[in-house]
Amino acid sequence: MKRFKPFTIALFVASLVFAPLFLNTYQIDVLNSIGLYTLLALSLNLILGEAGLFNMGHAAFYAIGAYTSAILNTRYQIPILWTLPLSGLIAGLFALVVARPVVHLRGDYLLIVTIGVGEIVRIALVNDVFGLTGGANGIFSISRPKLLGFTIRQPQEFHYLIWGFVALTIFLFIRLKQSRFGRALNYLREDEVAAEGSGIDTNYYKLAVFGLGAAWAGMAGTLFAAKMTIVSPESFSFWESVMLFMIVILGGAGSIIGIVVAAFLVIGLPELFREFAGARMLVFGLVMMVMMVVRPQGLLPARSQQLSPTLLKESNR
Amino acid sequence: MEEFIQQLTNGLAVGGIYALIALGYTMVYGVLKLINFAHGDLFTYGAYLGLTLLTSLALTDRLGFTLGVIVLVLMVMGLVAVLGAILERAAYRPLRESPRLSAVVSALGASIFLQNALMLIYGARSQVYPDNILPTATLNIFGLYLPLMRVLIVLASVLMMIVLYLFIQKTRIGTAIRAAAIDQGAARLMGIDVNRVILMVFLLGPALGGIAGLMVGLYYGQVNFTMGWVYGMKAFTAAILGGIGNIPGAMVGGLLLGVVEALGAAYLSIAWKDAIAFCVLILILIIRPTGLLGERVADKI
Repeated sequence: MKRFKPFTIALFVASLVFAPLFLNTYQIDVLNSIGLYTLLALSLNLILGEAGLFNMGHAAFYAIGAYTSAILNTRYQIPILWTLPLSGLIAGLFALVVARPVVHLRGDYLLIVTIGVGEIVRIALVNDVFGLTGGANGIFSISRPKLLGFTIRQPQEFHYLIWGFVALTIFLFIRLKQSRFGRALNYLREDEVAAEGSGIDTNYYKLAVFGLGAAWAGMAGTLFAAKMTIVSPESFSFWESVMLFMIVILGGAGSIIGIVVAAFLVIGLPELFREFAGARMLVFGLVMMVMMVVRPQGLLPARSQQLSPTLLKESNR
Repeated sequence: MEEFIQQLTNGLAVGGIYALIALGYTMVYGVLKLINFAHGDLFTYGAYLGLTLLTSLALTDRLGFTLGVIVLVLMVMGLVAVLGAILERAAYRPLRESPRLSAVVSALGASIFLQNALMLIYGARSQVYPDNILPTATLNIFGLYLPLMRVLIVLASVLMMIVLYLFIQKTRIGTAIRAAAIDQGAARLMGIDVNRVILMVFLLGPALGGIAGLMVGLYYGQVNFTMGWVYGMKAFTAAILGGIGNIPGAMVGGLLLGVVEALGAAYLSIAWKDAIAFCVLILILIIRPTGLLGERVADKI
């Protein structure tokens, strides 16, 4: 089984690369949505999967990134892709400010607070806060992204932009997972008291991971704004946060491959069964309940890290 | 002054509704340490069941208004209580020994399921309570004109809270519920059937939540399949405000939140009305996470 894994991944990557050759525009557009959700779910996975912090307001950070890009682009004519780091920064800073007073809360309390934050952000967007967000209509006519003098317009072109960013994200997050930082997060998730006893500054790591996850969601927001050329509050409702939460849990918290698979299932499958669109959420609800009884660790759970010689050496330092 | 009293009484009516829902959250949390996310949806089921029974059985025509409404309340209570028991059986009992995240996800799944089942049955549009059945009379109290329905809701919710309080304090099963909330293991050792206590909590809470749903239908005349989540979140805020797990706390928290929200909407900004409850929630968790009357949740945070 294990020997087939590199092969499967190679096949998957190859089919993504060549997808625009044999899929129609609509199918590519669905694939792009899956890519965006994968990105968001991976960023949520840092907070929820790696560090075990129940965040159900992730759409708020996504929204802040998207709106930052939209505002900078439409008001100050800054090319949309240039706003990418800035919306990451602003979403991350926002997360730090919001998480600072509540990050010590445990489990379901944190869950409720993050739901509250998500709702407050959405209501603020609807109410046209500071006269910047355009109220319930949102902001439209965001310009198309330009990359090296080439304007990205077609879904086929966005496909490479989005999935390229996903690939970069996966590479960076795997590196992060294997780093000292990543191991500290896992320790935190497994046993907070023991982690603190071993000299891990739990508050620091919790805040850092909140900021990082939010920053990544903010950048996903930029891509969303560029793809849609319009942002409005309804794209960032509570149910977006629930969807993302569900992708991480179904895929297997902490498992990058699992999350990619779950994003395909949760976002892609309903497109195959469009005639049952109304019953989509009903089935999701049922799946969530059944999964927790039958397979609470998710479809493809992350294997616990074995202590490899290098890790041992480093931890002895 | 007139405006202030109107807002205040309106806040008390809405607060009474929040308090009734909050009781369900707080009892379940007290015993199982679980946020029953599907509780808000049981509240919506109460509203929809009330509507269906009211229109299809024509209770108020046959039995007269007073008796008709009482029968309606009892039927809604019974049906929603049964739903609550089924929910516990299907979504929570298999996860009694699982980690908390599993139960939370299952609760969310149950909430999504219930909400969408309602949408598929009744359709996505808001449903309207027939307005010819509802009394539109206003009461004249010392020169103040208050809608009869508002006064009835405040009275009924306070009455129900008193009954529940006496039930919890004075009866054997009430004592068992309190014991199981303090320490499940010890309660079991004392010969308390904890499964029965949990079942009881899942009958009582949804019954009260169902009435709250019916009240919203009668008060506003309009119900929507998604309203459970907004009311649920606010009621949960009320439960935390009063100190979660604490039954009088949920009552005080509900009434207080209703009044704060009504006055905030009237004097600060109506557009930010729904954000008020969430701000209260965040502030209380930062400043006093045990809530106003809570005492023993401190070790949980």
